[in-house]
Amino acid sequence: MVVSSSMIRFTRKMTNNFGQLRSIKTNSKMSQKIQNTTIWTEKLEILKPEQVKKIPMYRVMDENGNIYDSAKDPMIENETLRSMYKCMIQLNVMDKILYESQRQGRISFYMTSFGEEGTHLGSAVALSEEDLIYTQYRETGVLLWRGVTLQECINQCYGNNLDKAKGKQMPCHYGSKDKNFVTISSPLATQIPQAVGSAYAFKRNKSNKCCVVYFGEGAASEGDAHAAFNFAATLEVPLILFCRNNGYAISTPSEEQYRGDAIAGRALGYGISVIRVDGNDTLAVYDAMKLAREISISKECPILIEAMTYRMGHHSTSDDSSAYRSVEEVENWQKFSPMLRFRKYLESKNLWNEDQEKQCVEESKNNVLKAFGEAEKVNKPDWREMFTDVNWSMPNNLIKQREYLASHLEKYKEHYPLQNFKHS
Amino acid sequence: MAVHSRSILFCKEISKFLFFRKNVVRRSSHFQYYPDKNTPVEGETTKLNMFQAIGNAMDLALEKDQSAVLFGEDVAFGGVFRCSMGLQKKHGKDRVFNTPLCEQGIVGFGIGLAVAGSTAIAEIQFADYIFPAFDQIVNEAAKYRYRSGGMFDCGRLTIRAPCGAVGHGALYHSQMPEAYFAHTPGLKIVIPRGPVKAKGLLLSCIEDKDPCIFFEPKVLYRAAVEEVPKQAYKLPLGKAEIVVPGNHVTLIGWGTQVHVLCEVAEIAKNSHGISCEVIDLMTILPWDSETVFNSAKKTGRIIIAHEAPMTCGFGSELAASIQEDCFLHLEAPVRRVTGFDSPFPHIFEPFYLPDKWRCLDAVINIVKY
Repeated sequence: MVVSSSMIRFTRKMTNNFGQLRSIKTNSKMSQKIQNTTIWTEKLEILKPEQVKKIPMYRVMDENGNIYDSAKDPMIENETLRSMYKCMIQLNVMDKILYESQRQGRISFYMTSFGEEGTHLGSAVALSEEDLIYTQYRETGVLLWRGVTLQECINQCYGNNLDKAKGKQMPCHYGSKDKNFVTISSPLATQIPQAVGSAYAFKRNKSNKCCVVYFGEGAASEGDAHAAFNFAATLEVPLILFCRNNGYAISTPSEEQYRGDAIAGRALGYGISVIRVDGNDTLAVYDAMKLAREISISKECPILIEAMTYRMGHHSTSDDSSAYRSVEEVENWQKFSPMLRFRKYLESKNLWNEDQEKQCVEESKNNVLKAFGEAEKVNKPDWREMFTDVNWSMPNNLIKQREYLASHLEKYKEHYPLQNFKHS
Repeated sequence: MAVHSRSILFCKEISKFLFFRKNVVRRSSHFQYYPDKNTPVEGETTKLNMFQAIGNAMDLALEKDQSAVLFGEDVAFGGVFRCSMGLQKKHGKDRVFNTPLCEQGIVGFGIGLAVAGSTAIAEIQFADYIFPAFDQIVNEAAKYRYRSGGMFDCGRLTIRAPCGAVGHGALYHSQMPEAYFAHTPGLKIVIPRGPVKAKGLLLSCIEDKDPCIFFEPKVLYRAAVEEVPKQAYKLPLGKAEIVVPGNHVTLIGWGTQVHVLCEVAEIAKNSHGISCEVIDLMTILPWDSETVFNSAKKTGRIIIAHEAPMTCGFGSELAASIQEDCFLHLEAPVRRVTGFDSPFPHIFEPFYLPDKWRCLDAVINIVKY
């Protein structure tokens, strides 16, 4: 911070004036600190953002899956590599089918992860199962890697009686207590300061684990994001702030979202360590997350990862991105596809081939359709679930309202879709 | 979406599979639309639905007032509900533009524009996401004039936000937050029920001397077209409308709920011989007590219906005021038919809403009281 000597004199004067409120000792210590850390200059100059060195983008492999520096191959176990790729295919196939099913009115809404498979798998694999994850809503690959089943996801999208959240939320708002994945909420960036709190609890409990919070570059504009960065830095918490910079917040391109060196550039201003990574390079994301996790836990500090990627799909089933971006732009990104690149890397290691690809796609499709069929057979939860989980125990007003609705439904049952709901 | 030909084929194959499965439940609206047949001004009209009428109002405002600017998340390409479609092209990028994704920023920025003498039309993408801006609205916009003794104000600010139930919006794409703001002196809160009202009320809000929040029931954007006057016109704020005149029971609502109540009035009349008077409040703050009290004194039986939860919903304020001013005229306690005191649920929406059957039942009961 640049503070002129007159300002320090002013501070001292104020300190004396308000001596009863603030101890002079503390304040002179503070002044001393300011004196010690200040770099003084007599050159009148206003710094420009361009003068700050841009944060480089970490990469491991090229578009053809070749490792730039063979010594830097993260050497993930072969079985894990295969599982990662299979998980990407599974995610991709699930997205295509569920997207289509929304178009047919079978589920009410859906959000795909096309193009962001690398950020999901690269990051999820580097975490421990104990680490607590908060996400925004486009991180389904992380959820699948954690072991949440297709069936669970599709039950949630259907809001059927097997959905753990009992049909309360829109599709894609997943959550899993067992898998340490906090239930998603639609409002943006609200999860970021919450993750700081969780990380602080881990630190106090000496849990030897970290908290990870995912968010988009659009959400990073919310006040909550700024609050979270500052809290994370000042409270020194083991937290990974994982920004998926996919170029768009619905229709708003990142050029209209921020200036300066994107989200990573902010981290340094807040006093947070940072790495920018090619989000479509799954190995680079893995490396970044692995290192960030180690440092974050051992040094008890937040680390921001900015993964640069591209949202290949529409924002959601409510969006048609052709209204604001060209087909050519999207097609150009195909060649940077994280899945294609990862597949080529696997093939170069003889871990994958065309037959396996076909078989995996087929299997994934069958898995989804089977889960889909199962989910569709199950009724919606009992309508009384609408009144549960509002409070720990049901308050009187809700008990009364539930009774009122029961008698109303008894009287007017032919007007309500009761046949689709479980009867208890 | 980027789908290469292989995935298109794949999708077709899947479509076929899905298409022949049974048990598809398509959701339909919970209400029947009752078009507004009153033309507020003479002259040429054009068929517009509500999102077009709102776009048309903003277009006219931008045309008339060169200081006016329109902004918010995704506004530049037309907005997620297409209300500002074509406006950037017509009025320029400095007047119609995207902001970063930050509601408190949008409202704070809008207040600043207004303080500096510009007309600000701010869009919050969903009313459910207005809460980060709560401080700016409640502590700043609402109190600007009062705290400066009239030296400063931000009356030129209008905040638009799509609101209400839509069939599948769940917790965060369905809320009706009018009551939170109705507790704040200094604001005006307006909710239209269709294209004709939307245009006239929005133009009034834009030109009003107080900061206004204009909640647009999003299910109405494309619900129906009405004959909307082509010219600019204003409808008075703070004035309710008697949509259906009647004698036995007064039904008060706003936004989408007015359509539910119109149907209830029709069923009550045809099947039960009960004559209902339907009032569209239109302005929540300041609300039209004269129209409401006159009707209450006439019928003696009042039902208020709103989508928001019952506890501290705006119906509570109406009920309390009605009993204070019309007690001796009442034949039965004022009834509220509302959303329940739970968050707005996804799959249970058909059970959550104060639909026509719940309202009708209340009508039958209040007459029997």
